[in-house]
Amino acid sequence: MQNELSHLDWLEAEAIHIMREVAGQCSNPILLFSGGKDSLCLLRIAEKAFRPGKFPFPLMHIDTGHNYQEVIDFRDRKVIELNERLIVRSVEDSMARGTVKLNYELEPRNKYQSITLLEAIDEFEFDCCIGGARRDEEKARAKERIMSFRDSFGQWDPKNQRPELWDLYNAMTHKGENIRAFPISNWTEMDVWQYIEREQLELPSIYFAHKRDIIRRDGAIVPVTEVTPPKDGEIVENIMVRFRTVGDITCTAPVESHADDVQKIIIETAETRISERGATRLDDQMSEASMEQRKKEGYF
Amino acid sequence: MDKTDSLLRFITCGSVDDGKSTLIGRLLYDSKTILSDTLNQIEKTSHKRGLSAVDLSLLTDGLQAEREQGITIDVAYRYFSTPARKYIIADSPGHEQYTRNMVTAASTAQAAIILIDARKGILTQTKRHTYLSKLLGINQFIVAVNKMDLVSYDQETFNSIVKEYEALFHAISVNENNQFTINFIPMSALNGDMVVVRLDNMNWYQGDTLLEILENADSQSTNSNLAFRYPVQYVCRPRDSENKELHDFRSFMGRIESGRIKVGDKIKSLPSNQESTIKAIYIGDQVINEAISPQSVSILLNDEIDISRGDMLTELTNTPSITKDFNATICWLSEEPLNQGRVYKIMHTSKIAKAKISSIFDKIDVNTLSSIEADKIETNDIANIRIALAQPIMSDNYFDNRKTGSFIIVDDSTNHTVAAGMINNIY
Repeated sequence: MQNELSHLDWLEAEAIHIMREVAGQCSNPILLFSGGKDSLCLLRIAEKAFRPGKFPFPLMHIDTGHNYQEVIDFRDRKVIELNERLIVRSVEDSMARGTVKLNYELEPRNKYQSITLLEAIDEFEFDCCIGGARRDEEKARAKERIMSFRDSFGQWDPKNQRPELWDLYNAMTHKGENIRAFPISNWTEMDVWQYIEREQLELPSIYFAHKRDIIRRDGAIVPVTEVTPPKDGEIVENIMVRFRTVGDITCTAPVESHADDVQKIIIETAETRISERGATRLDDQMSEASMEQRKKEGYF
Repeated sequence: MDKTDSLLRFITCGSVDDGKSTLIGRLLYDSKTILSDTLNQIEKTSHKRGLSAVDLSLLTDGLQAEREQGITIDVAYRYFSTPARKYIIADSPGHEQYTRNMVTAASTAQAAIILIDARKGILTQTKRHTYLSKLLGINQFIVAVNKMDLVSYDQETFNSIVKEYEALFHAISVNENNQFTINFIPMSALNGDMVVVRLDNMNWYQGDTLLEILENADSQSTNSNLAFRYPVQYVCRPRDSENKELHDFRSFMGRIESGRIKVGDKIKSLPSNQESTIKAIYIGDQVINEAISPQSVSILLNDEIDISRGDMLTELTNTPSITKDFNATICWLSEEPLNQGRVYKIMHTSKIAKAKISSIFDKIDVNTLSSIEADKIETNDIANIRIALAQPIMSDNYFDNRKTGSFIIVDDSTNHTVAAGMINNIY
């Protein structure tokens, strides 16, 4: 037997430990599952943490209504395969209730997920949401706790976070308050891909290179879809692309790529000079502090 | 030992003035971790603030609240990898008022980089950083004498700092049983000299570069050589499953905080003191024969004994103390001072117990390291106290085992984590 764990084994062991702390300390947790690669890693971690038992929490997707159908199909297939329970709450329902008001019809809905999420937390009285956020994603995330405290308005107060020492996680809350738990905080994009490869995790097809109609707008590649039509004068091209993240269609851009399997993606990830969010999340570029702002408002 | 593909956590101690951000920036940049869009953003911000050069410290201060005040208020975690290893840097601000951040950052680190400005030599903060690193149980020190370019790469300057630091290090009598390693490196982080590459300026230095030292440092799993400690986090009883074979299935889920275990080993469950043997070890549905710290596994026993969250499986002879009364060194983290009349909670491994501070012995002045009389404990204080618990915990001394010797104190009206503690004498 070896004396040292590989970095992936170490990260996996830490993530399992965190998930079991949630199960041990919280009375009504939920795991946020979008069909994206990070949340798929979370599901594998949950299997390793709790099988042969059932997960001690249901899964929940906060649906913006702007999805790639293959991701939704994949999500539903995965839930059946795992024989777990999925709750879907949708931004469009919040719009119908009048709690989400768009500024314009095709406005990106990512930031409104916070409202729908907080409504779902109230509805089910969840005391903890497990999410797949990573500290390497963004500057505001680098200082995020593994168990991150949110007050009864869902607000993240960066100046008032609980110190986190050793592997002792304080997930205690009063009624109405909430913990966001991030088991893969210490993973990088590369770790995620290496884990996907090692565990042979299946992913939605849009993560792999495929031909797609796109337009080039302000330096980004924008996929042509019903909710992101070309503007007058823009030229539609059909090129090989893949998505590095999946989210609301209106703010998730693909990258040019020929990587059609996990191994090729790992090589591309190692060679890339642009960060995951920088390349693909149109909503984070708007202001230097936009992620921090959204987190303060209840975003996961 | 094969060092390929492991993980090392370290802290960087020093202030921005010592070139700490530049050093971290250098490690991230030379390992290709800073990507061009991040760099562009930093360039933009530097220009916006009227700076002539790119300020690499912008990489390490993340929050708007911090940027407004021009200070770093919290520990930031940074990542980089080499073909041999993944690294996690805990970057905490160097100021005295942030003792609590330094303690937080050091709690998970295996190694500490102590930065010294070659022009200034050893400062009060050097002593403080070394003391806190030793206190938190770090035993690998890398003393980076930075800005050598500003002292003409003078070997004598370097040698005298080395001598002075060695004296300082040995005068700090904390965790003396530890086997310490200290490496000294002359460096210019700005020019990238001796960080990852070796330029021609200091041929008098024959030792390793910073990265070479990091690549060979002992990593995370050194705990596997200690006694077996397995705090139970969760009990799996899938009774309602349709699968009949699972009706009597019962496994104990947790993380091996130290030591190793294999099928057939005799174990003891604490605090009940019942014995059994290991029937099977799982990770998910994968059966394994043997597991080491810090793996998270699932253990089946040959006997039916009552075990729940907060209990601990251990080996038969080398067992932790079952205690409700101990001394500890604590760091007070909360803005609200300790109220000795109150009942707090402590979290220790997977156990929660009610706690009272029965005595305050003294406080440590982190700059002079002298003991001062204390009747109250406030933010950033390091204090020696005695604690009484309502329920027993299974504990080792922190010097012997960082995982079973550490705890946090929680205020149960706010649920905030108000202090971090290290057990050093069990009654």
